[in-house]
This record gives sequence, C-alpha cells and structure tokens, in this order.
Amino acid sequence: MLWMILIPLVAAPAAPWLVRRLGRHVGPLLALVPIGVGLALAIHLPMEPGTWRLEVLPWVPELGIHLAFRLDGLSITFGLLISGIGALVLTYAGGYMGDDPRLGRLCGLLLMFLAAMLGVVFSDDLFVLFVFWELTSIASWLLIGFKHEQAEARDSARMALLVTGAGGLALLAGLVLLTAAAAGSGIPLDRATRISALAGVGLSGHPLFTPSLVLIVVGAFSKSAQMPLHFWLPRAMTAPTPVSAYLHSATMVKAGVYLLARLNPVLGDSGLWHVLLTLTGAATMLVAAVMAAGQSDLKRILAYTTVSVLGTLTMLIGVGTDLAIKAAVVYLVAHACYKAALFMIAGSIEHATGTRDVRRLGGLGRAMPVTAASGLLAALSMAGAPPLFGFIGKELLLKAKLDLEYLGVVLALTAGLANVFLIAMALVVAVRPFLASRTVAAPDAHEAPPAMLAGPLVLAAAGLFVGLVPGVFDAALGSAMASAIGGRTIIMKLKLWHGLDPAALTALLISAVTLALGFAVFLRFRAGLSRLAGRFARLGRHGPARAYERLYGGLMDLAAAVTRATQNGSLRRYTRLVLLALVATCVYPLSRAVPLESVGPVEWGWHEAAVAILALVGAVTAVLSRSRLSAIAMVGITGILIAVLFALFSAPDLAITQIMVEALTVILLVLIFHRLPAFSHLRTTAARLGDAATAAAAGAVMSLMVLVAVAAPLPATVSAQMARLSVPQAKGRNVVNVILVDFRALDTLGETTVVAVAGLGVYALVKLSRRARGEGGKP
Amino acid sequence: MLIVMALLVGALGAAAFYLLLARSSLKLLFGLLLLGHSANLLILTSGGLVRARPPIVPRGALEPPAGHADPIPQALILTAIVISFAVLAFAAVLVKREYDLTDTDDTEDMRQTWL
Repeated sequence: MLWMILIPLVAAPAAPWLVRRLGRHVGPLLALVPIGVGLALAIHLPMEPGTWRLEVLPWVPELGIHLAFRLDGLSITFGLLISGIGALVLTYAGGYMGDDPRLGRLCGLLLMFLAAMLGVVFSDDLFVLFVFWELTSIASWLLIGFKHEQAEARDSARMALLVTGAGGLALLAGLVLLTAAAAGSGIPLDRATRISALAGVGLSGHPLFTPSLVLIVVGAFSKSAQMPLHFWLPRAMTAPTPVSAYLHSATMVKAGVYLLARLNPVLGDSGLWHVLLTLTGAATMLVAAVMAAGQSDLKRILAYTTVSVLGTLTMLIGVGTDLAIKAAVVYLVAHACYKAALFMIAGSIEHATGTRDVRRLGGLGRAMPVTAASGLLAALSMAGAPPLFGFIGKELLLKAKLDLEYLGVVLALTAGLANVFLIAMALVVAVRPFLASRTVAAPDAHEAPPAMLAGPLVLAAAGLFVGLVPGVFDAALGSAMASAIGGRTIIMKLKLWHGLDPAALTALLISAVTLALGFAVFLRFRAGLSRLAGRFARLGRHGPARAYERLYGGLMDLAAAVTRATQNGSLRRYTRLVLLALVATCVYPLSRAVPLESVGPVEWGWHEAAVAILALVGAVTAVLSRSRLSAIAMVGITGILIAVLFALFSAPDLAITQIMVEALTVILLVLIFHRLPAFSHLRTTAARLGDAATAAAAGAVMSLMVLVAVAAPLPATVSAQMARLSVPQAKGRNVVNVILVDFRALDTLGETTVVAVAGLGVYALVKLSRRARGEGGKP
Repeated sequence: MLIVMALLVGALGAAAFYLLLARSSLKLLFGLLLLGHSANLLILTSGGLVRARPPIVPRGALEPPAGHADPIPQALILTAIVISFAVLAFAAVLVKREYDLTDTDDTEDMRQTWL
C-alpha cells in the first residue's frame, strides 16, 4: 500500500517539468497517476464488511511506531474518492489554468496533497496518520496561497495554516495521551499506537481518556471547519477553483470527519463523545446553512454549505446509531460527488464570464448547455431531490434522527431547517445563473473546454447512477464502510423507495416540505439577498474570525514592541540587557552553590594581596581617567601587575607572555590613539550611577563564579596524564609548552590562524585609512 | 587568599563592564582588555592556586614535583592572552577607522549602518 502513496509523491516534483515540456494538455496524463491508484484499490471490491488488510513496515520500533497501513471499507471509499476526484481535478486544472505558466506548480502541489491525503486514510498507526495529517495542512497552505502575489491569498493561507496547525498540535497531544492511556491499560506499546488494536478495547475508564478525547476532537474540528473554528474555510476560497473543489470540499476538510469516523470504535463508548459531536455538528449544520444565504460569491456560498454538511456528518457520527452511520456513509459520498462538481461548475462560470457574483449572473444556459445540465444534476443531488444519491442520503439522515429516543424530533427539525437553506443555495448556485432570463455579466460567454466539462459531468452522472441503482454501492463498499465506522457489522440495503412504514413516510413528508420551502426561499432570494448579506456582514465582524484577527494583530504588535525595545541599535542597551540577564539568572543559583569552606584553603599572603590591590587601583584609575594616555598607561600597569600575580602563583609562562603582550598593547594603543580627542562626559550622572550598579552586580556574579568553580575542581586525571607523559613522550620539561605545541598542537594551529587573520584585518583597515586620507588630501 | 582573588576578578569584571557600558568606543576597548584580565584570573583561580611549584619537570626527574600547579588552565590562559591581543588589535584599528569616517566616538551616534 506504501507505493500508492509513494508514486504520487514522486510524480509531484515531476509535474512542473512535464508541464514545461508538454504544455497544458498534460493534465489528463498526470491524472493517470490517481487513476492507477484508484484501479489498484478497486481490485479489492467488493469489500466484505468487518474485514481489513494490514501492511506493516517497521519505522521507529523503539517507540512502537510502524508504517502500518490498513485497507478496509472506510479507507477504500476515501481512497477512491481522493483518487477519482483527484484525477478529474487534475484534468480540470489543465483547462482552468489555460496557458498560465503556474499550471505545473499547481499540478505538483495537487499530487503532493493527494499523496498526503491517501496517507491519512490508509494509516493504521496514530502517529503516521498525524504526519500525513500535517502534510495535508502544509499542502493546503501552499495551495490557498497559490496566488501569492495577492495579499488576500497570503492572509487566507496563513489563517488556514494557523488554525489547522493549532488544531494539529491539539491532535498530537491528544494522540500521545491516548497512547499513554492505552499503554496504562495494559496494551503493549507495539499495539498502543495502532487504531485497529485499540478499537473496541474500552479505554474510557482511564483518567487520561477524557483529555485525550477532547484534544483529538478539537484537532478534527479545526480541520473539518466546525464551529467556532469554521472561519478559515470560506476565506480559503481565494485558492484557484480546482483547489477549492478538491481540498476544501471533497477531501481535506473531510479528513477531520474521517478521523472522527476512524476513531469512533476507539472513543465512541464515552458519553462525552456523543454529546460533543452531536451538539457541535448540529450547531454548525444550522448556522453555516443560514450564513450561506448571506453570501453572494458563488464559491463562498459553496464553502458555507460545505461547512454545514461537515457539521451534519459530525453530528451523524456523534449520534452513532446504525441508521446514523448509514446516513453518514451515504451523505459523505454523495456530498463529495456533487460538491466537487458544483465547485468546478462555479469555476467554469467564472472562467466564461469573469465573475462569481450571483447577483450579476444569468442566462448562461444557452451558451453553456453541458455545464448547465451537470449543474442541474449536482444541485438536485445537493437539494436531496429524487432520484439522486443525495436524496437517499437525506432520507436516511431524517430517519436516523426520528429514530432517536431523545432530541430526535428537535434534531430532525434542525436538519430540515438547514436543508431548506441548502436547497435554496443549491438552486442559487447551479440553476439561477443558467435559467434567469437576462445576462448581466458577459454577453460573449462560451461553453467551457472539454477538460473542464469532464469533471462536473462525470461526478453529476455518478450521483444519478448511484441514486438509481444504490444496491451497487452498498454491496461493494457501503456496508464495509459503515461497519468500519461503527466497529460492528452494519449491513446496508439502500433503496430509493422505502415502502409504507411510518418512519419512512414521515421522513418523506419532511423531505417534501423542505423541498417546497427551499424552493420558496430561492424565489425570494433576489429580494432578500442584499439585506441578509448586510446583516451577516455585520454579524461576521463579531465572530470568531474577529477573535483570530485580534489575536494575530496583538501578536504582531507585541513582536514589534519587543523588537523596538530590544533591537534599537544602541550598543549600550544590548550590553546592559545581556548583563542584567546574566545577573537575573545567575546570582541566586550561584550564591546557593557557594560552599563556605571553599573560602579558606589557600593561605593568606600579604604581598599577593598588595599586588592585587594595586592592580585594582590601576583599573579604577583607568576607568576614572579623563586623559586617554593616562588611561592607556593605567591599563598597562594593571596588566603588568596581573603578570606578577601569574608569576607568584606558579605560572611563569603566563607571566612572560603577559608582560610581552601588555607592552605591545600599550605601544599599539598609543600609536593608534594619540591623535584622538580626550574623553568627554557623554553620560548624565544618573546614567553613570545606573551603569555602575549594573556593572557592580555583574562583577559580583564573576566573584561568585570563582568561588563556585574552586569548590568543584577539574578532574585531575587529564592534567596528571599530561604531566606524566610530558618528558617520556614529548621530550619537553615545560608541561604548559608541551600541551600547547604537542598534545594540543591543532588548537594552537587554530589560534595562530586567528592571530594571522586578525593581523590581515588590521593591515587592511590601516591601508584603507591611508588611502582614504591620501585621496581626501588632494584638492 | 581565595576571597581576595575572587574579589579582584569581580572588581576587574565590574570595571570592564562599566567601561563596556560607556558611550565612547575608545572606552569599549579598555573594557575588552580588562574583561580579558578578569577572565584569565578566573580560570587561573578556579584551577587551584599553588605557590612556587610550576608545572616544570626539574632536570633529571621524569615528572614535575608533587603538588605542582595544574598545567591545563595555564595552557588555556596562554591561548586566551594571545587571542585577546589579536582581537584587541583588530578592534583598536576598527575603532580608529570608524572615528576617521564618522568623526565621533559616541556609540549612540552609530545606531545606523549607513553613513
């Protein structure tokens, strides 16, 4: 199964190259990749309910993480949707982009996304799934920001990345907790990360179970745009239309739903799971459906209806009865088909007329008959009109609701109300632009090219076909998929006409009423649109999107303020910040670590103390001096006195070197600086006192460091070894010299290089000064 | 004696930091110099203070006398002295060049990288 993921992944970077070589007609050729994957999946049909095939390759066996892939009803259905719609979208993209040179990049990214998405649905290992999950977020970010020269596209892409990325972090934390809960319940580590091993175990008693459930649900909700994390999806419509059709309606946004469906057997035995999913899903379903009516952009209408459908699916998984799961299966597949088709049709309309504003569209039916026909079919499926697949989905949905003991009627009415708006919007998007009598936008509209007709036509026809002969679907896949979601064997027998049992008749009645109401809303749409849109625009200003903007803006302001405060170009401020940070972090731990007995082991020596005090006097005089030359002299005196200290404490080499270097330093400084002006008072007295306090505190840290370091002497073994080997191996009696030129000769080579480079730098700068002065001197 | 050395290291360090906080780029150089002294003494002291027993093997012996000073801190300091001299020389020329170009030694006037 790994190769099914690898081949698109390998094809992705090849796509731009192929497009450059073969031009825009390469779309169908690239579509062969997902078609191949689809055929390889189709071999496994029909799928027996409750069975699966596993493939396991070790990846990080120490952590129990394996590249485990599973084929069952759920993953094959998703795999077929991903590869099938992927093939159609790739074909469509060739027509949509035309001769745009960015077609190659688009196709490459779409293939990369396809591979990631296949990885998500095939993974049986929680963490492998997570890796692919994040990959889909990144691919989505790149695709939303595809027109990266537009600020709006960049903003939308960043919003999608931040929202889904934050959700991804929550998901990761949830998965880790879930694994911990499983390991804590006695499941061996090797199997604790495997979804198939965790299904039906019943972990809900473990204390980590509830937090892990909440975090996983948050992650899934962010991906599937559930309230209140839905706002990124309508914004994502700045992406090119093939991307919207593929990622943001048919596949990626369903990854969240997929995850919920996949983990339903693992997490579904908890009451919290059902409450969270049912309530959030129902709220999202209704609110998004109403909000869709406030939009006028074709793609944004479709985006809000997508959010509504995702809410419906979440709710159905939360309800979790056999009927609800069957409804979720049918609804999911039907939605993927008609919504991808509708997005492509929206793209074709935009392609032909140059606008996506429904208020300016009309009368396109004569010019675009094939698009219009597929639009009508897709819209009928979305509206849930017989005999399309969407109708079966809606019937099942209503029956599943009515079947419930609690809240059944409420949920059914909510779903019915949401459905009214979905029906109206379906007609607005896919029928109104073709039927309305007068053309506003483009009199020269033309039918879309064949590459752009194939996708909508095939998908709409599929909806009709499965609607007419639903038995094909449930025998081949439906039952297996429902069983995988439910974690128990669920046999589906789909029918268009359910006979005369009361539940079916009630559902049919509600269905008919919603259709009639939806049509009524559609007829009033034109009048009500602008008022409703204005109202929702006002409402939108206070939604969660607003909270996101505030948070993001606040973060940016904070970053700017911190940068202004710390990176203002003043060297003094940088030094002060470093010193204060040193003091703040080191004083307390160091003063705790000073052992008092370490103060006394070396005997007192009057002459040494006198030298030390004199060295200090030199340094203080240098600090206070107003004259450059006396400051240089005083620094030199300090250096010489330190050389004396070296000599007194058994370091003759250091003393010699220090005296020579000190002499050189004084000569160098005098040579360079004898022409500079005297020091002037540049700081106020208050600033001087503040600096003195900072410096004194940092100096105290250094004193403490001495005392702490003395108490923890270096391990003597290395020193002893070098002292012992100095004469026999290196033939040298001065151990320090032997270390420098023999034992650690490479270090000394490096040191010499540093000195040489510094010397070159000095030479270059001096020469530069001379030349500058020479040129400046000429009149 | 340790406490004297610790105080000397701290006081030299404080003087160096005070100079580093000054606005004059010349004083920065003196700060660098004093900070080098302070750090060298820190290494020497933390290696253990030993009087009159340098790590030198007397004629005829194979090893230095027992209780000799640790040679490793000394080797480190020797390297440090030479390197800090190289850095100081470069920094001094740099400060001079900067003064030639900008006619100021006030670092607060050097907040921009252009002239």
